[in-house]
Order: sequence, then structure tokens, then C-alpha cells
Amino acid sequence: MTTADLLGKILQVVMGLVVFAAIVGLLIFFIDKAPKKGRDYWQLVGFLAPALILVSVGLIYPAIRTSILAFQTNAGDFTFDNFVWAFTQPAAIRTLINTVIWVLLVPTFATAVGLAYAVFIDRSRGEKFYKAILFMPIAISFVGASVIWKFVYEYRSGDREQIGLLNAIVVAFGGEPVQWLQTDPINTILLIVVMIWVQTGFAMVVLSAAIKGIATEQLEAAQLDGTNGWQRFTNVIVPGIRGSLVVVLTTISIATLKVFDIVRTMTAGNFNTSIVANEMYTQAFRASEIGRGSALALILFVMVLPIVIYNVNVLRKQREIR
Amino acid sequence: MRLRGHRRLTASLVAAAAIGLTLTACTGDIADEGSADADCSDYETYGTFDGAEVTVAGTILDLEADRLNESWADFEQCTGISVEYQGSSEFEAQIAVLAEGGNAPDVGIVPQPGLLARLAEGGWLIPASQPVEDNVDEFWSEDWKNYGTYDGTFYAAPLMASIKGYVWYSPAEFEEKGYEIPKTLDELTTLSETIAADGDHKPWCVGLESGEATGWPGTDWVEDYMLRLNGADAYDQWVTHEIPFNDPQVAAAFDAVGGYLKNEDMVNGGIGDVSTQVTEAFQTAGLPILDGECSLHHQASFYETFWNPDGGDDVKVASDGDVFGFLLPPANADDPLSVTGGGEFPVAFRDAEEVEAFRAYLSSDLWANNRVSLGGVISANKGVDPENASSELLTQSIEILQDPETTFRFDGSDLMPGAVGADSFWKGIVSWVGGESTEQVLDTIESTWPSS
Repeated sequence: MTTADLLGKILQVVMGLVVFAAIVGLLIFFIDKAPKKGRDYWQLVGFLAPALILVSVGLIYPAIRTSILAFQTNAGDFTFDNFVWAFTQPAAIRTLINTVIWVLLVPTFATAVGLAYAVFIDRSRGEKFYKAILFMPIAISFVGASVIWKFVYEYRSGDREQIGLLNAIVVAFGGEPVQWLQTDPINTILLIVVMIWVQTGFAMVVLSAAIKGIATEQLEAAQLDGTNGWQRFTNVIVPGIRGSLVVVLTTISIATLKVFDIVRTMTAGNFNTSIVANEMYTQAFRASEIGRGSALALILFVMVLPIVIYNVNVLRKQREIR
Repeated sequence: MRLRGHRRLTASLVAAAAIGLTLTACTGDIADEGSADADCSDYETYGTFDGAEVTVAGTILDLEADRLNESWADFEQCTGISVEYQGSSEFEAQIAVLAEGGNAPDVGIVPQPGLLARLAEGGWLIPASQPVEDNVDEFWSEDWKNYGTYDGTFYAAPLMASIKGYVWYSPAEFEEKGYEIPKTLDELTTLSETIAADGDHKPWCVGLESGEATGWPGTDWVEDYMLRLNGADAYDQWVTHEIPFNDPQVAAAFDAVGGYLKNEDMVNGGIGDVSTQVTEAFQTAGLPILDGECSLHHQASFYETFWNPDGGDDVKVASDGDVFGFLLPPANADDPLSVTGGGEFPVAFRDAEEVEAFRAYLSSDLWANNRVSLGGVISANKGVDPENASSELLTQSIEILQDPETTFRFDGSDLMPGAVGADSFWKGIVSWVGGESTEQVLDTIESTWPSS
């Protein structure tokens, strides 16, 4: 590409943006000038339409198409084979089981550790510093985090020098180095650790903010009633932050169901570590079994659904109480 | 007020100029101007075009991509067609999506006949024009032409090639210890046992790790044995699923390979025990030969470049040098020479004269000689002068490919459907080396073969 080409392309982008702004401005101008009768209606349509169009093109249409593809063979005939494959193939079943393990362990541990950390550092000296330390992994991309942890788990056989932290420790204590990422089922747990490492900071920050929202009077009253620290935690703090807890748990659950980068970067789904999101990509694009990939996408969607519904319900109930 | 406005304008102009200059540094202005005047008489047959552009995409990256660009620089200058190549390691995964969305490049350099068949099946490919087909009939064998053909229509000529099934060894060690290059598979077994018995190291070093493609070097082993033990017909039936994946012939090939890969006494020299094969990167796996920690390493002709991972020529690859390769021998000494290998096919997604002119050039002996002279690769094009190859091994490889007596078969996993060839076969190798039985692994792979 030459500079002239590049400048030409930049000019195209700028022109596109200008044209877009002009059309939007013109639309708003006309909506504003709409007849008084029904102006509210026109304004509603004018402002909602762009978002609705984008959502249907970018979300609803692909969702429908994926659902159809999930019931098709590569040749386009109707079939249930893709789902039969997903629930009978040992490798595919293992993928589903792994996903369930992920979604059980990651939110639980990330939230529990985040909550404990938030409670312990609450109002301590250097709170900001402690928070910053735990929050930092969030700034790292999943791929970056995976590369870091891959080094931690690195394996060198027997008498060679260990460059992986974990094996270096094992060898220092006189043990034999372990092929962490190749040993089933510990490898799945070790991948989950990476996700927990990334997500704990998020849980901690949200929960810490929620804890600060609990009225000091409440805690003092509990203290006057002769409660100990644990009783105050279970009877005052936890009920006080229930809403935030649910948000944190569900957000991390959904993020976990979608996680793809960690598995792909660290083991590429080998050694029985694959999970649905990774297998979906592998099947659809590498194995060119679009139907199988779509079926997995649909299964993933069904798995996320209860969490989303639960989340919406809790939030609605909370609003009713207020 | 007015002054301030003026100053602001100046500032933004300066900023724009600075950005422009920086961008110039990033773009290829200088490279474009660099090519010297070429002798255009060779290129007259392709015609001249005014401002035509052909976009090309493929999996070829880095140094190999630079050499590719260099190989058609004269063509660009003489015909006026500008060729824009873009390499991506995700090309194979993305190309069908791009084609379906109407965003495919004009030419895609497809490294697998299986992928070519899938794209042709989708109806996205433009059949090759007559000049391309004429070139193929003149310069390539029937086998090669078939790999670019789908359902009776000829879509693409082959581009480059590689020969799989070389066994790398140290000529010095062989001479010193009196080892002979084996002429049959049994002799190879005897040789391996002799090396193991000599005691100071295990005979083979093996690395199967290759990121998300981990396992493929193992499939190459199996394919080589499949072709040598059971012959070309059985091999063809295997890749087209006329015999099931768990057929006894396939099991025999697996078990023969297992005699090395699953045998604690045979692997993994200089690296560790059997299980280390799946963590050792295929790029570095052969290097222990240089330290005398193993004697044999099975990998394709392209492994030549990995002996000097930092460039340079510290390690001499030659029959009298530090390392060299012999072809995995046939089952019986008088069997005809059979080799497996790989290659690429430039398929077209846009029906245009400049695209076909470019494809005709790529299928010619002119291009093949240009590219082979730049080093590192070979072609099965019969118009290539083997002396143009950059090394003794590549010269020998070209001669093998050009020999009409050679039975050539494309890498089997590249011919199989993606669900097997790019997924379950690789994964199967990993779990097989990890201890699963041959029967179990073959049954699993067979069950993933797509029904349609």
C-alpha cells in the first residue's frame, strides 16, 4: 500500500462519517418538524429505529440463522445429527462437562475470594494499594494472562532446568516435574485458576463498593447487640450486599460460559480441556462442520438463558422492594 | 480571535503533515520503487493491463511471503497488474466465511485439496482458464492435476510442493558408527534397535506440539506407513472413506508407527520420556541430533530451514555435512518409490482477465523457476531445473517429484474432511501417544467422519 492509497482510505472513512452525521442530523431535523399531532410517536420511532435495525441485523438475524444451521447437514438437509453428535461423542460430552465445571467453579471462587478480600481490606491502611494489586489482572487481556500462566505451568523433563514456576517449586522440594497442562483432569482446574485470577479483581471492586454502602449505624447497632465479627458478616454485610453479589455472580458466570481465549491459547482444547465456546469455533471454522458449531452455539445459548432470567428476576424484585 | 483561529489551523496542518510522514514510513512506497527494470519479453504472453489489481491471500507468512512477493515483481512491472498479497495464519478458517460473504480475495492460495473441494462445492470458485490448464497438462503429473480438480472441473494448478517422510540423521555419526541408510522398513527397525542397544542415547527424537494443530507430525508418520505398507490404492480408499478409518490396514500402519512413538526405548532422545512428544514443538524437536542425543528425526523437506533457527549457516545440511535426510524406505527393497507430500493451489474467486493472467503465470515453468531460485522451496513443476534449488536436499527432492516412476500421494489428512483431517485425526494422535489403544483411537476417529 502506498501513502496515496492510505490517505485515500482515510479520506473515505472521514467522508463516510460526515455523510452518516449529515443523515442523522437531517432525520432529527425532520422529526423535530413533524406535525404536532403524533410528534411523540415519530420521535420514538426516529430514536429507536437505528438501534432496532442494528440489533436485528447484528443479533437477531444471526441468532435465527444459527438456529437453522444447527439443524442442517453441510449439504443443507434437515437433521438432528449435530445434536446427537454433541450429546453422544465422548469428546463432545467431555466439552459439555468441562463447561459445567468451569461455570460452577469460576464464579464461586472468584466471588468468594473477592468478597473475603474486600472485607479484610475494608477501611485498612493502604486499602487503595491492595485494591490496585488485585484489580490489575483485569487490565490484562485473556490471551496475555494465558501466556503468563503458560510459563507458570511450563514443563521441562527430568534433569533439564525448570523454567516454569510451579515445576521449579516442585523440583526444589525434591519432587518430579509434572506436565501440568497435559495431565487430565488437573489441567482443566489449572485453566480455571487463570480465569479466577482475572475475574477476582472485578468481584472485589464491586463488592467493596457495596460494603461501603452499608450504613455504619447498622454495623454499630449489631456490635452493641454483642455480635462477633462472623455474625456481623453473615447477618448484616451479606444481606446488605445481596444485590451486588447476584450481579457479580451472574456476570462472571456469563463471562465464563463465553470464555474461549484461555483454552485456545493454553491447550487449544487438547488433552480433554476443551469447552463449548472453543469447540464451537474449532468445529465451525477449522473442521468446517458448520452444523456442529451452530448446535454448540445453541446449547451455549440455552445454558446462559437461566442465568440471565435469574438475574433479571432478582433485579426486578429489588426494584419492587425499593 | 481571528489570529487564534489561524494558529489553530496551522497547528492542525502541521499535525496532519507529521502523521502523513509517519504513515509514509509504514507503507511500502520505498519497496515499490525498488524493483529494477526486468526483461519483459518473457511476460508478453500475459498481455498488458492498465491499473489492474489482483488481491491474493494465503497462509504463507514472513520471509516466505517476502520471497513470494519477489517472485512476481517482474510480472507486475511488465504486465501492469499490481498484485497485493496478504498472509494470515487464520486463512484456512476464514476463507469460506469470506467467500460466503462475498469478501474473498481474488486469489486464495489454498494449502489443502480438501479445502479446495469444499470451496468448489460451495460454488464460489472460478474454474481455471485454458492457459492454466495447458500449463498443468504440460508441466505436472496426472496425480497433481487431480488434486486441483473437483467433480470433473479443473479449478487450480499446483504451486509449490514439499516432500514428507524424510528421516533426518547425522552423516558423521553414521560414518563413525558404521550405520547404513536403511533400504526397507525392517532395516529401519533394525537400525533403530542397534542405536538403542549401543546405549548412550535413544534413537528417535519426536515433537508433535504445534499449537492448536498439535498432533499433525504424528499423522505424517501414519500416512507414510499407510502408503508404504498398504500401497497407493488402499491409501486412496482410506482418504476417501471407501474403507473405514478403523480398517485393519490402517491399524497395521498405526501399530507400525507405534513401534517407535509409543516405545519407551525408541523415543524421546534428548528430550524426555514418551509423553514429552506432545509438549515438544515440532520446530525444535530434531535439534538434539546436533548434540548427539538422538540419531533420527522424521520430518518433511521443509525442516531444512529449522536446523539454523536463527538464520545463517552454522549447521551444514548436506550428505557430507552435519545433518541430512533420507527418505523413509519402502516396505520391500524392490517396491517402487512412494512419497507423501504437500502443496498449495491458487484458486480464483473473481472472474477477470487479470486474475487468469496471474494464475497462468503462477502455473508456468517461468514462475516455478523464479520462485525455486529464491530458495527454501521446491515445486513439482517438470519445467523446473533442479539445479535452481537452493540446496542438495531440495535438488534431490525436485528430482524425486519429477521422476515419472515416483508414486506421489498428497498428505492424507489434507485430503480428508476437516472434521477428521484437521481435528479428530490430530487429537487422536495425541491421545494415542498418551496411552490409548490403537483400536480405541481408530474407533473414535471413525465416528467423527461426517455423514454427509
